[in-house]
Amino acid sequence: MSSGTLYDKVWDLHRVADLPGGSTQLFIGLHLIHEVTSPQAFAAINEKGLKVRFPERTIATVDHIVPTTSQKRPFADPLAEEMLAKLEENCTNFGIKLYGLGSGNQGVVHVMAPELGLTQPGMTVACGDSHTSTHGAFGAIAFGIGTSQVRDVLASQCISMNKLKVRRLWFEGSLSKGVYAKDLILHVIRNLGVKGGVGYAYEFAGPAIEILSMEERMTICNMAIEGGARCGYINPDEITFEYLAGKKNVPTGEAWDRAVKWWKRLSSDKKAQFDDEVIFNASEIAPTVTWGITPGQGIAIDECIPKTEALKGSELSIAKEAYSYMDLKPGSPIEGVPINVCFIGSCTNGRLSDLKAAAKIAKGRHVARGIKAFVVPGSEQVAKEAKKEGLNDLFISAGFEWREPGCSMCLAMNPDKLEGNQISASSSNRNFKGRQGSSNGRTLLMSPAMVAAAAIKGQVTDVRNML
Amino acid sequence: MKSIFPKGVIDKITGKCLVLSGNDIDTDRIIPARFLKCVSFNQLGDKVFADDRISLKGTHPFDLKVNKGSKILIVDENFGCGSSREHAPQALMRWGIRAIIGNSFAEIFYGNCLALGIPCATISKNEINNLKELIKQDQENIWEFNLKQQLLNHKDNRISFKIESGPLNMLRTGKWDATSQLMGNKEELNKTILNLPYLNKFN
Ligand code: SF4
Repeated sequence: MSSGTLYDKVWDLHRVADLPGGSTQLFIGLHLIHEVTSPQAFAAINEKGLKVRFPERTIATVDHIVPTTSQKRPFADPLAEEMLAKLEENCTNFGIKLYGLGSGNQGVVHVMAPELGLTQPGMTVACGDSHTSTHGAFGAIAFGIGTSQVRDVLASQCISMNKLKVRRLWFEGSLSKGVYAKDLILHVIRNLGVKGGVGYAYEFAGPAIEILSMEERMTICNMAIEGGARCGYINPDEITFEYLAGKKNVPTGEAWDRAVKWWKRLSSDKKAQFDDEVIFNASEIAPTVTWGITPGQGIAIDECIPKTEALKGSELSIAKEAYSYMDLKPGSPIEGVPINVCFIGSCTNGRLSDLKAAAKIAKGRHVARGIKAFVVPGSEQVAKEAKKEGLNDLFISAGFEWREPGCSMCLAMNPDKLEGNQISASSSNRNFKGRQGSSNGRTLLMSPAMVAAAAIKGQVTDVRNML
Repeated sequence: MKSIFPKGVIDKITGKCLVLSGNDIDTDRIIPARFLKCVSFNQLGDKVFADDRISLKGTHPFDLKVNKGSKILIVDENFGCGSSREHAPQALMRWGIRAIIGNSFAEIFYGNCLALGIPCATISKNEINNLKELIKQDQENIWEFNLKQQLLNHKDNRISFKIESGPLNMLRTGKWDATSQLMGNKEELNKTILNLPYLNKFN
C-alpha cells in the first residue's frame, strides 16, 4: 500500500467517513460542470427536493455542444440550444457561477478552470468528464465522475469512492527537439496499455517532468485516463506556483505565502512508498502517432504499423479490428499516410503553447491542397492571447481556419465532424471508432506540431524535419 | 411494457443472457456521442450500440430476436472504457440489462453501473468461453444471477463469478444509492472542512 505520496496526503485530508459498503466518503474541493453531464443530475436534485449543498464550490461552463463557427444564440441546432438553456436555468436556480459564451472565460472546462486559478494543489477536483485528470498537473487529485456522482456532489459536496493504488512513472533524461508532452503520454500508453493504469493513480515524476511547463503537464495528466488511470498528477513546484501567482481565485499577500508553504509539504516524500514504479527515458521518445482505434495503438513516426506476427492475444484481435477499420496495412510505414482533415484543439492540446508550437510549423508555409485544417482555441482566454500574438492571422494566411473556442472535433457533439471515412490528424485524445462524428471516420492522434506538419504536407510527416 | 428500474435490495436477477464479444468496447460504441445531446436519459434505450447495429444490419446481438428481453449481459475484457458518461449504463439499463458479467470492466463505468443498481461481476476468460458455449446450446437460456451465492445458475450448471465485497454489500443491503448516505455524516463533514487549508484562508 502506498504511503507518503501526494495522493495519500490529499486523500487523507479529504476523507470524511467510511461508508457501509466499504468505500470512503470523500470531500470534493472543486466541482466543475458542463452542459452534457449535468442536466440529469439537476433533474434528480429537483425530483428529490434537494438543495445544492455548497453552490460556491461548483463552477460551470459550456464547451461540448457549442458551434465553433457562429456562436450566435439561439444555436442552429435546437438540441444544443436546449442543453445550454437548461444549464443556464440550473445555474440561475441554484446560484452557481457560469462562465458562458462571451464571458471572457468560457472554454473547454479543463482549459478554463486552471486559467482562472480555480484548480490548485492539494484539492480534490471532480467533474462529469473523464479528462478531469488534467487538473492533476497542479498536484490536485482530480478525476472524472458519472452523472449520478455529479448529483451526489451537488447534494453533498462528497462522493463515495475507493482509494486507488499509486504507480510512479519516472522519466529520466529530457524530451528531444520536436518531441512534445503529447508524445510522452502516447508513448506511456503505448507501453503500459489502455488498461495498464486501471486501479491506479499515476504520479508523473523525474527530471524530464520537472522541467515541463504547466501546459505540458496538463497535456500529460489529461491523457492519464487513456492509459486507464483515473487520475494522474505531478507534484507541485516552483513552476506550478509561478503559473498560479496573480491568477483570479488564487490567494494573495500573506495567504499566498501560507498557501505556498502548504503546497510544498504536499509533494510526495522522498521516502514515499509506491505500489508500483515504471521507469522511462524521455530522451528515447520520438514523435508518436496512433494508427489504430485505441490510444494504445501508437508508434514512433519512423516505425511501421505492427505486423500480426509481432502481436499476441487481445492485442492481436484489436489490431485486426483496427487494420480493417482504419484501412491501413500491417507492416507499412505510418509516415506518408495521406490525410483529409487536420484538427488542432481540445483539452489535451488547445492551449496557447500548443497553438504556438503548431504556428511555428505553419509559419511561412501553406496547407496542402484539398486538406481541411482548422484551429480551435481551448478557451476565450487562449483565443485572446493567441490573437494578441498574431497567431490567428498567421494560421489564416497559412490556409488554416481560425475558430471560436469549444470541444469542436474532439467529439461529435457540435457541427464539427468528419464525413464518411475521412482520416484526420488530430491533437485530441481519443481515436475510438466514430469518435469524430462519422461512424466510419478515422483519427490519428499526434502532437499539435505534428498535426500542423501533416496539414502542410497533406500526409503524416516527421515534424523534426520541418523545425 | 414499461421496464422497472433497479430498486432497493438486489439479490437475484433472473433472465436471458446476451453475449456481446469483443475487448475494449468503449462508451462511444455503447452510446455514440451524438446521442448525448439530451437533457434526460429517457430515450437512450433504443440507441444503445446504435452505430454497431446499423453497420451489422440486424445481426447485432442487441437486434437478434432470440436475445429480446435479455437481462444479463456477457462481455469480455475492459468493457465500458473511454468516457465517464453515465449515458452508457443508462442506455444499457433502459434497453433492459440488469447485470453484467465480464472478464474486466473500466473503473468509471463500473462505478456508474453500481450507482444505478446494476452489478458488474467478473469471471475468468475460460469461464466466459464456457458460459458462451452453454448459452449457445440452450434455446431457452434462462439463468439466475445470484448475488448471495455469487453464482450464475442454470439447470445443472453453476458458474461462479466475483463481485468486490464493498459493492456486493451495497447491492445486497439496498445501499447502492449513495446520495442519502453522503448527506449524513454532517459532523464529520464539518470537521473535514475546518481542516482544509484552502477553505480556511490557508491558516
Ligand atoms: S475537448 Fe474533448 S476530451 Fe476534452 S472535454 Fe471536450 S470533448 Fe471531452
